[in-house]
Amino acid sequence: MKVADILKWENTKIVCCENSLNNQITDGYVSDLLSDVMANANENMAWITIQTHKNLVAIASLKELSCIIITNNNTPADDLIEAAKQENIPIISTSMSSFDTAGKLYVALHFNDDV
Amino acid sequence: MMMCDLLYDFIADLHIHTVLSPCGSLDMSPINIVKEASKKGIDIIGITDHNASANCKVTFDIAKDYGIFTLCGLEVTTKEETHCLTFFQDFETLDLFQKFIDDNIIKIDNDPDKFGYQLIVDKDENIVDQIDWLLINATNISIDDLEKKVHQLNGLFIPAHIDRSAYSLISQLGIVPKDLNVDAFEVSKYSNPQNIINSFPYTKKNTFISDSDAHFINDIGCITTIFHIKNRSFHEIKKSLYKIDGRDVCINYNDNI
Repeated sequence: MKVADILKWENTKIVCCENSLNNQITDGYVSDLLSDVMANANENMAWITIQTHKNLVAIASLKELSCIIITNNNTPADDLIEAAKQENIPIISTSMSSFDTAGKLYVALHFNDDV
Repeated sequence: MMMCDLLYDFIADLHIHTVLSPCGSLDMSPINIVKEASKKGIDIIGITDHNASANCKVTFDIAKDYGIFTLCGLEVTTKEETHCLTFFQDFETLDLFQKFIDDNIIKIDNDPDKFGYQLIVDKDENIVDQIDWLLINATNISIDDLEKKVHQLNGLFIPAHIDRSAYSLISQLGIVPKDLNVDAFEVSKYSNPQNIINSFPYTKKNTFISDSDAHFINDIGCITTIFHIKNRSFHEIKKSLYKIDGRDVCINYNDNI
């Protein structure tokens, strides 16, 4: 699936980098510890987190993640958005919890194409 | 002719918890901390309870009688759950900052059976009060906003034990942020500045200290930092972190106290 497919979900919106909506998502990773993501996430994963620090972008870029989904209505910091623009990392914000977001993504990836 | 200040070496452990921290041992009364520091030849102690400073003044007063200088502050938990040491130059500023923390901590009742007591005590170890909300909880302050607030109040901002695998800058944020305006970084006794610099070369310009993070009496002074300064004061310690006028700081790896 593509990043654009996530934006079809309710209460989910793109914060920046609409030019990267065609990034492929092949898997997902849920973690709020950036050191853990750095150690264990792999390329083309969608990263689900409540963190909003701008280091998210550095790690997503390093690990070649497809996008960052910030859950629970947490507001991305301004400098995070600036950094994301520079690195072309799509930032998506949602009111869903990390659990619900991960559930939806899992179903979309493994059970059908259109959730 | 230029006059140079006479500078002296003072041994410091700037990260010590009291009975106010729920995880602090009940032996960690101000008087016990001061006696232990005195026994171990420590000249400067830092009192840094989790998100609280109510035992600073009493420790400062007791320590003075023992010839020990106390740097007063808090170990703040940021929104990202990093731990950061903060120190202030006087009690008025400390109280102002404490109010800022009290207004921004996520308040959940402490259950002393599960988490431990959070006690405010006097110089004779009488319990004066306790704090009802759980102090080890996170605040809703981001690390960047915390840095700004501390520096607005002319305080010192030192991310704590940045090498550790929990509640540290590196565990929570993966990478030491390049543009974070720190007065120093603290490393635990399990690491050293060179390890940090090897991973993050741009931290070479920063000052490093190391402290015990003592929650138990025996741990006080298990690692210390030497401050090369004129006299023991907040301003001299601040100058030393920036190596101004010959002041200097080095971690004490030689002297096992």
